[in-house]
Order: sequence, then C-alpha cells, then structure tokens
Amino acid sequence: MSQAQVQNRVENNEAWIELSAIVGPEHLRPATPEDAVEAVQPAGVIAPGTAQEVAQVLRYCNSAGLTIIPRGGGTQLGLGNRPRQADFVLSLERLNRVIEHAWGDMTVTVEAGCTIDRLQGVLREQGQQLGADPMQPQRATVGGVLATAESGTLRIRYGAIRDLVLGLEIALPDGSVIHVGGKVVKNVAGYDLTKLAIGSLGTLGVITRAVFRLHPIPVATATYTATLPTMSDATKLVLAILDSHLVYTGLQIHARRADQIFVHVRFEGIPESLQDQYAKLGRIAGAHEFVECAGDVWTERQKLFVNPGSSVICKCCVLPSQIGSLGDALFRQTDLAEVAATLVAQGTGLAEVRLDAAGQQPLMTVLHALRAEVDRLEGTTTVSQCPGTMKDELDVWGTVKDALPLMRRIKQKFDPGQILNPGRFVGGI
Amino acid sequence: MNARLASEFRSIVGDAGLVSGPEQLRTYECDGLTLFRVVPELVLLPATAQEVQAIVKVCHRERIPMVARGSGTGLSGGALPVKGGVVIGVSRMNRILEVDVPNARVVVEPGVTNSAITAAVSPHGYFYAPDPSSQVVCTVAGNVAENSGGAHCFKYGVTTTYILGLEVVLSDGSLLRLGGASLDQPGYDLVGAFVGSEGTFGIITKITLRVIKKPETTQTLMAAFNSSSEAGAAVSAIIASGMFPAALEIMDRLALEAAEAAVHPNYPNCQALLLVELDGSTREVELLMEKVGPICQSCGAWELRLAKTEAERMAVWKGRKAAFAAVGRISPNYLVQDGVIPRTALPRVLGEIDRLSAEKSLRVANVFHAGDGNLHPLVLYDRRIAGQEERAMDLAEDILRLCVEAGGSITGEHGIGEEKKQFMSVMFSEADLDAMQRLRSAFDPYDLCNPTKMFPGTDAKLQRPVAYEPHPIEIAGLAQRY
Ligand SMILES: Cc1cc2nc3c(=O)[nH]c(=O)nc-3n(C[C@H](O)[C@H](O)[C@H](O)COP(=O)(O)OP(=O)(O)OC[C@H]3O[C@@H](n4cnc5c(N)ncnc54)[C@H](O)[C@@H]3O)c2cc1C
Repeated sequence: MSQAQVQNRVENNEAWIELSAIVGPEHLRPATPEDAVEAVQPAGVIAPGTAQEVAQVLRYCNSAGLTIIPRGGGTQLGLGNRPRQADFVLSLERLNRVIEHAWGDMTVTVEAGCTIDRLQGVLREQGQQLGADPMQPQRATVGGVLATAESGTLRIRYGAIRDLVLGLEIALPDGSVIHVGGKVVKNVAGYDLTKLAIGSLGTLGVITRAVFRLHPIPVATATYTATLPTMSDATKLVLAILDSHLVYTGLQIHARRADQIFVHVRFEGIPESLQDQYAKLGRIAGAHEFVECAGDVWTERQKLFVNPGSSVICKCCVLPSQIGSLGDALFRQTDLAEVAATLVAQGTGLAEVRLDAAGQQPLMTVLHALRAEVDRLEGTTTVSQCPGTMKDELDVWGTVKDALPLMRRIKQKFDPGQILNPGRFVGGI
Repeated sequence: MNARLASEFRSIVGDAGLVSGPEQLRTYECDGLTLFRVVPELVLLPATAQEVQAIVKVCHRERIPMVARGSGTGLSGGALPVKGGVVIGVSRMNRILEVDVPNARVVVEPGVTNSAITAAVSPHGYFYAPDPSSQVVCTVAGNVAENSGGAHCFKYGVTTTYILGLEVVLSDGSLLRLGGASLDQPGYDLVGAFVGSEGTFGIITKITLRVIKKPETTQTLMAAFNSSSEAGAAVSAIIASGMFPAALEIMDRLALEAAEAAVHPNYPNCQALLLVELDGSTREVELLMEKVGPICQSCGAWELRLAKTEAERMAVWKGRKAAFAAVGRISPNYLVQDGVIPRTALPRVLGEIDRLSAEKSLRVANVFHAGDGNLHPLVLYDRRIAGQEERAMDLAEDILRLCVEAGGSITGEHGIGEEKKQFMSVMFSEADLDAMQRLRSAFDPYDLCNPTKMFPGTDAKLQRPVAYEPHPIEIAGLAQRY
C-alpha cells in the first residue's frame, strides 16, 4: 500500500473521525516512518491542546481498544521493551506553557510538553532553576523526564526528579483528569500518587502538568578534575569526598579505559566559598592533583548517547563504594571481548556504560557478564539503548523480583485495557 | 475474640507477644489524638517479619481488620484501633540491622526510634535528616507511614526523600521487598507510594534509609519585628536573595508570651520573632549570615541576635520548641491545626486569621515553619464558657479551608487518619479520591489494613477539630510539639 492509500484508509475510519472531532482535524495527522517506535509503525500522531482533550482521547481509545504511545520530545523513545502495539502517538507538543512561576514560593507550574531548556529559561529570569540537568534539555520535555525519572549530575545535591515534584495533573484512560500532590513543599494529605506516576514510563496515565519546587541559581560555579590510576583509587577518592564537609553539586567518575580515569567535582556558591572548598578538596585528594576544567565534563553522560549506531548503553545502579568493582569487571570483560567501553558514574552510585563493538555477539557477552556482576552486587542493570534486534533476546529492565505481581495489579487498576505503552515496561507491563 | 483464634495468635507470638487483658488493652485504645478511643480485640507484638506474616495470614483468612502501631504518637488517629480488629505493634522489632557508613545507608527494623538512627551514625559525623519533634519516641515505621517532617524540611525534605527500601507484609501475608539500597530500581516506585500511606497498604517489617553528613557549621539568627507580616516579608526577601536556609521559623506575640512564661528563653520583647538558621561550609555560612541581618533590618527588624555556639543555638530553639505546650499557661484549652499555604500567601492568610479571630472573639497564637508554609495556628479558648469550644472549632475549620483556598494543604505533617478524613473531599475531587482508592485496593483488596481511615466515609459529616491534650510523652518531658 502506498502512503497515500494508507492515509486514505485511516482518514476514513471511525477512530480517525472521532479523534479529530476531539482535537480538531489540524491536530491529527497520519504517522510517518519517523514516528515509528522500535520499528512498530503507528497510524497517526495526535496532539491534544488541553488536559481535558488528552483525557477524552484516552477515553475514546480505551473504549475502542486502541493503543497510545505518549511522546514528549522523543529523546527517550528508545527506552523500554518493544511495544506490543502502537496505534497512535499522543504528542504533548501543544501543552507547552509555563503556567505560573511563583518565584516568591520557589515553585513553578508547567505543562508536560514544555522543554527543559525553555522552562529553565523562564526560571532564570528570576535567578531560579529546576535543580535537575537531564539529557538533551533543548528537546527533552517535562513530561518525558518525569515518565522516565531521568536525573542528571545535579541529583547528588538536589535529589532525584521525584524529590523536586510537588504535584501533578494526570489524564487517565477512563477519561478522568486527576490532581495529585499540590503546590506546597509539605503536604501529607492522601497517597503520594506523584511517586507512582514518576518513572512509570507513561503506563498508568499521561502526565499533563507538573508543579516543581525550585532552587536559586548559584552565583558562581567551578569544576575540577583529577586523573586517577585505577578504578579503585577513583572510588576511594569519591568516597572520601562523600564523607567530607565539602558542598559539591556534582561528583562523577569518567573512564574510557581501565587506565584512563578521571574524577570530576563541581562546587557552586559564592566565589569566596569556592576557593575555600577547593583548598579543602586539595587536602582530601592528597597526591591526586585537582585542576580547574571546563564545565562540559558534566555532559559526558549525554555524550554517550550521541550517534548510538549499534552500541549498547546501559544504566547500572550500585552503591557508591561498588563503582570500583563495577568498573574493574567492565574493563576486564571488554578487554577480553574486544569491546570499547566508556563508563560515566555519579557519586550516587548510578553509572552509565556505553559498549561498542563490531558485531552484536561480543556486546551481548559483555552485557550479560556486566549484569551478572551487578546482580552479585545486588544492584540493577537497565538497558537504555540497544539495536532493535537485541530487544527480542533480552528484557531491557532485567528481572523485577517479588513486587511484579503487585505492579501488574496496579497497572490493571489504572489501565485495565492496556492501552498505554503496552509491553514496554517491566515484566511486559 | 474467640478462644480458638486467640490461642492461634498466641502460638505465633508467644506469651510475650500477646496483650489480651482488658486493662492492658486499654493502653492501646488511642494514639496522640485522644478524643477517639476503640479498645482492640487483641494486641500482637511480633518479634520477627515471619511472625508478622503468620499473624497477617490468620487475619486474612478470618477477615479480621488490623492496625499497625509504632509508638502511638500519631496526632490524627492513624493507630486508632478498628472495631473488632487487632493491633499489630512493632515495638519489639527494634534492632538496627546494618550501618553502612561509606554508602550512608542504614537498615533498621520498624520499631527503631527516629533518634536512635542519628545516635547510631552520629559518631561518624552523619545524621538522619527528618526530625519530627517526637523523635526520641516515635518509630521509623510510624514516620514512614505518616511521611513525617520536622523543622528542617524546607532544605532537607521530609521522610520520603530518605527512604530507599522497604520490606512489607501485604494483607494476604505475602512478604515483598520494595526498592533497596541502590537507587532507581526498575518498575513502579512502590517505596514512594508506600511512604505516607498511613498503615493502609500493609505492615512494614524492615526499612533501608539514607543518612547524610552533618553540616560543618550551623548558625541561628533571631530577628525581632513589629508584626508577623514584616517577619513574613523578611522570609521572602531572604529567599529571593538566593539563600537556602535550613530553617525559617516565625512566632507571634502570643506564642512568644507563652514560651517566655514556660522556659524563659529571653527573647526580644517583640510582636513577631523570626529565626533564621543557615548551615553548610563554615566560610559560606559566615559570609551569608552577614547578609541576612541587613535584609531583616530592611524589612523592619529592630533587633538581631546571632547564636553561634551550640549552647546558644539550643537556647534559641528551646523557646521555639516549648511554644506549643506553653500555650497551656496562657489559655485553659486550645486547638492545634496543621495547615500548609504557599509562603507568599502568608500575609493574606494571617490577615484573614486575624479577622476571623476578631469576629469569633477568640485569640489565635501562631507558630509556623515559615520556610515551607506549614502553619500551626493555636486557637485559644475556655471550655467552661458556654459556646466557646464550638466557636473555636468553627474557627479552626475556617483556617483549614483558608489553607485549601490559598492553594495549600489540610495537613503538612500530621496526616489524615481518623481526624481529617472528611476534609479530604474539600481538597480533592471525586476522581482524585477514586485514583487513590484504586491504589489502595491493589495493595489491599479486602480493605483489611487500617480500614475506615484516610478517606471520607459515607456519612458526610465533617469531623470537628479536636482540643489539644498533652501526649503522655509530652507530660514525661520526652517531646514537644512545635
Ligand atoms: C509531642 C509530639 C510532637 C510531634 N511532632 C511532630 C513533628 O514535628 N512532625 C511530624 O511530622 N509529626 C509529629 N508528631 C506526630 C507523630 O509523632 C508522627 O506522626 C510519628 O511519625 C508517629 O510515629 P509512631 O511510631 O508514634 O506511629 P503511630 O502513631 O504508632 O502510628 C502512626 C501511623 O503509622 C502506622 N504504622 C505504624 N507502624 C507501622 C508499620 N510497621 N507498618 C505500617 N504502618 C505502620 C499506623 O498504622 C498509623 O497509621 C508529633 C507527635 C507528638 C505527640
């Protein structure tokens, strides 16, 4: 069938007519090959303009058994297993307003389709920021960052994105729009459904709006780097910094080979205190000399995702003290299998690893070995990026232990028709 | 409870774990909200997670409602027994299982007290940040269930920020491990959902939490103002200047009078007192503190006093912490509320409270965590004077509604429990409440864990605000509300 024929077919079907009645025909278009998710081709892309419209779209699709892939900036659509089905992409591009920056309260209310860069730009006018630096901020949206619980290098100071959210507006498959949490920092009325939605990969509902708590933008920033001989030395240094009184806003190990290891530290605050912190850092580091460097080392994580090609990128969650063992195991394996590896580990114990090799087999071998090592450390490994063909052979989330039946029950309660991102999440949820 | 079941429970927990005498059962009939009392059928004090599982399986089989209990210091009736049900107390499960200093992780049993955690890590220079004022007595499980906060949560966050893993027994007796020591485990954030669920999702049997490094330096400044609004303006100005204080507390004239009468903190004689606490690296705290004073002065502060040493700081906090209970010295009865408003609404809401207070001819003392907008207005009255209690209750309710209208919350730290369940529909829509019920039923399909709490029942009558009664731990001098 030609593209024109497909278009003609979908545009005359009932779903198409119903959905365009909800959002207006100009906001429903046939999907192109670029809209495919993991090689699964949707029929259309729908862009509602309000939370109510999102809810109506969900209600209609729920009753008609049509599946939905919510989409923000599309930067993380590679995350998750291959969808079982994808009838429509629900784009949040029109829900992109910063509703209210209550700077006196240090909160902001923003729609889910607003990009992180735009949001930060508005906040900056009052000297404030969202204390998070997710990847690709020029494209990544609030909703996408929340759905994937993406957190960057600032997490070590400001907490995870879940800790910065005060409230959410969520559209559910039954057509209701709910408000959870609120606008205030302290609020224990009712269950904390914000936590349930954050990191749920859009499998329970579609986040349409968020309220964040904010932080002041520091007056001055400085980044320092040191070269370390081994992963174990780098880890020791990181632990010493963690155990110190230093007030850092970034702490990361970057390793491209077993013998090319850097530790990065970022301080923020008033200029006088930065000098003081640097002096103290020198005393802690002893023989390892820290020198000032450009702040772009904090995008090393993001750089892993540039030109992914047939690489494998995974996120290994371990304890800070285990980063050394993780790195050693990684480079031991990659040396054996002739795989190139880069490791970017945060002081929180969250490590991103990129593996590149000529064929798929060596990548699989290293990935399995890495997973085995992380399992031994009682951590978890999630594959964030890999060639589509590999997804048929592995569960990108790994095994979720005893909580899976409960997670399935929760999915059942919120999305009984399984219309939202079916099959993408843990255990095939 | 029939004898067969009682002996089945006895065979699980042994004599040491069973409370069945009518007199002893009565000690479990309420929590810190003493207005409500229900004598439980039995109280079970398991010593292990396996015993909890065995108890819960029997309850599930027999459809007996169960209420988990920590130390019973809750202020909203969360641990209030349910008619015909059992209480499962976790006070015997009070071991600290693991202290991992390099990774700043601690694993505890549910009955460990809040301050025992800080005590365990303090020699290493760490502390457990959420600091409810009941911390020497209340349990970590109670904190998790209520998502408790403290005076320092503007900067440090509340309990939920610090809980990484939970082992829980669901109402069908299954034991689940949620989350864990490492961050970001795949799947739904069930730990996050569990925190603040007030005992309605299951019984917590183990907790993995995060502790943090004590700041190098802490300094507290007192600033005297001619009105709470001026003090409120100073709070906004400090925040606007880009600082992130560890605590910002305001006390008004009445609260100051009460504190002065009780513990003589020797505060400046003013209409409103602001406490500003900064912590962090020594150099930074010293430099920033030099700016705080002038900011306060520009908002009308006419006296500043800086507490630099630990002893001086303690003296400052002593008066603040004593204020709640001390109000008893200036009024025979009073009601305590726990509302939250966006910080900038402070002047307006205070104005409204003044107006309501004049209208009802009742005095209201205000103490608040100004940084996070958590108000604890104290409505003073005399029960012996006809009609006063009624009016006080009306006033307290009006204040809660004010908080909701201002975009705030009906509770910042004490929870919904039995006390505020009818107020849930003031704050949430039917769809919001329905979503919460869906989650509850995924955890506990038969509604066996702390049923009847947290959600508005069919009878639409609002629960009236409840007069302040000192908790036994306050009388014993172990804790103060503040
Ligand atoms: C003087 C005083 C001062 C206070 N100050 C503060 C304050 O500053 N900040 C603040 O937030 N609160 C404060 N509180 C309230 C109270 O101390 C907290 O809510 C505390 O967390 C309750 O802990 P607890 O062990 O006493 O729990 P309980 O009162 O025994 O129970 C509280 C809730 O937890 C549930 N629960 C208990 N154990 C478990 C378990 N193992 N599994 C599942 N659920 C369980 C119960 O069912 C109940 O719903 C204060 C109380 C008093 C009396």
